[in-house]
Amino acid sequence: MGNEAIGLGAIAAGVGVVTGYPGTPSSEILPTIAQRNPGGIHVEWSTNEKVALEVAAGAAYAGARTLVTMKQVGLNVASDPLMSLAYVGVKGGMVIVVADDPGPISSQTEQDTRTFGLFSKLPVFDPASPEEAYAMIGDAFALSERYGTPVLFRPTTRVCHGNAPVEVGESGAPAAPEGFVKDPKWVIFPRLAYQSHLRIEQRLPLIADEFSDYRFNRLNGSGRLGIATQGISGAYVAEALAALGDAVPEHKLLRVATPHPFPRRLGLDFLEGLDQVLVVEELDPVIERELLRLAGECHIPVTVLGKGSGHVQQAGENGVDSVTQALAGFLGVEFTPAATCAAAPDIQVAEPPVRPPVLCAGCPHRASFLAVKEAMRKRKAVFAGDIGCYTLGNAKPLDMVDTCLCMGASVTVAQGLHVVEPDRVHFAFIGDSTFFHTGIPGVINAVYNQTPIVLVVLDNSTTAMTGLQPHPGTGETMMGTIAAKIDIATVLRGLGVQHIESCDPLQHEASKEAVLRAVEATAQGVSALIFEAPCIHVAPSGPRYVIDEEACRCNLCVTRLGCPAISRVDGRMRIDDDLCYGCDLCAQMCPFDAIERIALVEEGR
Amino acid sequence: MSLHTNIIIAGVGGQGTVLASKLVARAAMDAGLQVRTSETIGMAQRGGSVVSHLRVSDTPIASPLMAPGMADVLIGFEPGEAVRSLGYLRPGGTIVTNAHPVAPVAASPASAIYSGQAMLERLDGCGARLAVVDGDAICAEIGSTKVLNVALLGAAAALGALGFTLEQLETAIRESVRARFVDLNIQALHASARSVSAA
Repeated sequence: MGNEAIGLGAIAAGVGVVTGYPGTPSSEILPTIAQRNPGGIHVEWSTNEKVALEVAAGAAYAGARTLVTMKQVGLNVASDPLMSLAYVGVKGGMVIVVADDPGPISSQTEQDTRTFGLFSKLPVFDPASPEEAYAMIGDAFALSERYGTPVLFRPTTRVCHGNAPVEVGESGAPAAPEGFVKDPKWVIFPRLAYQSHLRIEQRLPLIADEFSDYRFNRLNGSGRLGIATQGISGAYVAEALAALGDAVPEHKLLRVATPHPFPRRLGLDFLEGLDQVLVVEELDPVIERELLRLAGECHIPVTVLGKGSGHVQQAGENGVDSVTQALAGFLGVEFTPAATCAAAPDIQVAEPPVRPPVLCAGCPHRASFLAVKEAMRKRKAVFAGDIGCYTLGNAKPLDMVDTCLCMGASVTVAQGLHVVEPDRVHFAFIGDSTFFHTGIPGVINAVYNQTPIVLVVLDNSTTAMTGLQPHPGTGETMMGTIAAKIDIATVLRGLGVQHIESCDPLQHEASKEAVLRAVEATAQGVSALIFEAPCIHVAPSGPRYVIDEEACRCNLCVTRLGCPAISRVDGRMRIDDDLCYGCDLCAQMCPFDAIERIALVEEGR
Repeated sequence: MSLHTNIIIAGVGGQGTVLASKLVARAAMDAGLQVRTSETIGMAQRGGSVVSHLRVSDTPIASPLMAPGMADVLIGFEPGEAVRSLGYLRPGGTIVTNAHPVAPVAASPASAIYSGQAMLERLDGCGARLAVVDGDAICAEIGSTKVLNVALLGAAAALGALGFTLEQLETAIRESVRARFVDLNIQALHASARSVSAA
């Protein structure tokens, strides 16, 4: 997998300290290093991306090679230290891997980390495949140390979650770092910032010049038409050119692996003699703007087509088909899409059902949402949600996520809503890992400003959505050690929350009563309810259940729960044995006691 | 003569599509072939539609993703998901699908009506060679619901659609699956291979 290649590449490059926060599509990089740790590499899941970057900054000040991993929106959280670190610089090499997600497939935004590179004035590497990513990591570390600057390394989902055979070289233990040497340069002050800014502006053209000869920036071909591309889109371009075949006219092809600072000399070589260029890239039109700028600056009479001109889609992921269409038009080649087994659009056929992602059968979040929903049936309440598996609580029939913005924002958005409409009850649903990530400052804000929200912590003892990573509340570390678990109730008590109650959401009636107590307690200020039940992926399953057809009289189990294990088959409610996890929620909910526990399943499931 | 096999694996998050793709990739690497795959990992894994692209060749492969009509083989873990991915399959390609439908979560009982049979009929009339595997029966025979992925691969291999023999897949299973599950998986591989050979 591309992410494993990145991790192995970092080990081969002698990385000494690795920090990060999970986020699709970046999550597998850091565990790869933890699993293959040759000894001597410090690997940690940090509480959030800002923390991760700052821990790595300290290590880099002391001379260690450091790797930081996150997804694109994580860089927003880490942007404060990032912007200043660009000025302060590093001693040990620092590579910040930020995985972008065109589509988006599993993200809130389609932001482009290459643009963040422009903004922060940091060099950016953009690998096109797992093999390239493996080789490029070492180059990124070398550049970082040569110029004393952090470097951004930006793969996209299809590189991160693509698999290919990668030849892995020898990996040695990390070199012993020199250690921290006291120097005024580590303390950012306005005067130093001014000098650093000048230094950055002076070095960017030098790096750009170096990039013009960089092995993964490639220029081939000749002619008056040019195609410029990057990353995985380069692979689609290659497929498209093969599909269009012999009819493809003579053309130049530029593949940009280091979009910032833009390899100017190589770009000028490319533009020379061209009439038209098509830029095929994903997310922002970064290469397109650079080529337009070069053309303007150097008075080159060339037309640059791409996202701006509508020749390449502005949003979403590219694909072989979309790129082939765009290139066929640009190159003036006749192209008929391949025949497929799909039905012609004018034929009436049975379509498969829509299948959005859902909370798993047995997921304790379903029980938590249901307890709050039922307890609030007759009340005016708003449910602020957050980032995690529990965002899926927005789907019907639960319909329990009224807002979702970014990590930690349930707690704060609920406060803003409440300030405007104090007559409504405002709930903030937040998971355990998200609580530690950026939830805590929002709770402090609510306590301090006396905004009486109901905080509902959905504590499932893991970071479920991104693949079950440990966090401060679970106690396990990525070094294989066990730390004291940080107890959420104790944290809340320390923050001054007066009403704190923990309960098992799978005890439905007791949970509803706990919700009512928490709502009542808002008369005195912020109240908190901690629903504690482990994710089904980290806990063994329970007994199985069956629906007694004689007793079954309604369909509340389907209309209220939205459990994937319960469906209506041939007019009858049925529980799918393979999916049921034995959470017992449906049995507690059934008004006719028609759902019965059968037996514990044998071990090994 | 060059060798290319493009495979689409379509299913529901949690059914084991990623391991299926990994096993074929492992067999390809063992055979000294080029391979590129792309997986759906993340939010969609929670019970949503998932698709893996898997490309094997004796010459370099550029893109992990395929364009419509490029796939030679479509492996459906669920008939509706196989239908959803039909656009990738070339006419005359091979479909190996599990017979058992997985109902999507529906907000109302009325919308929950989903006919696996209608999906199988569409697969049957789409211009591809179709093999329907009774995944439930094989899982019941083996005594584990986790072997559906290997059962589908066994059927595809027995039909000669993968470009790999059952023995090659067996080796890949030994290399990739935890020791205590190896025998179960190999039993499932052969049970489903027998079921399509007998049909």
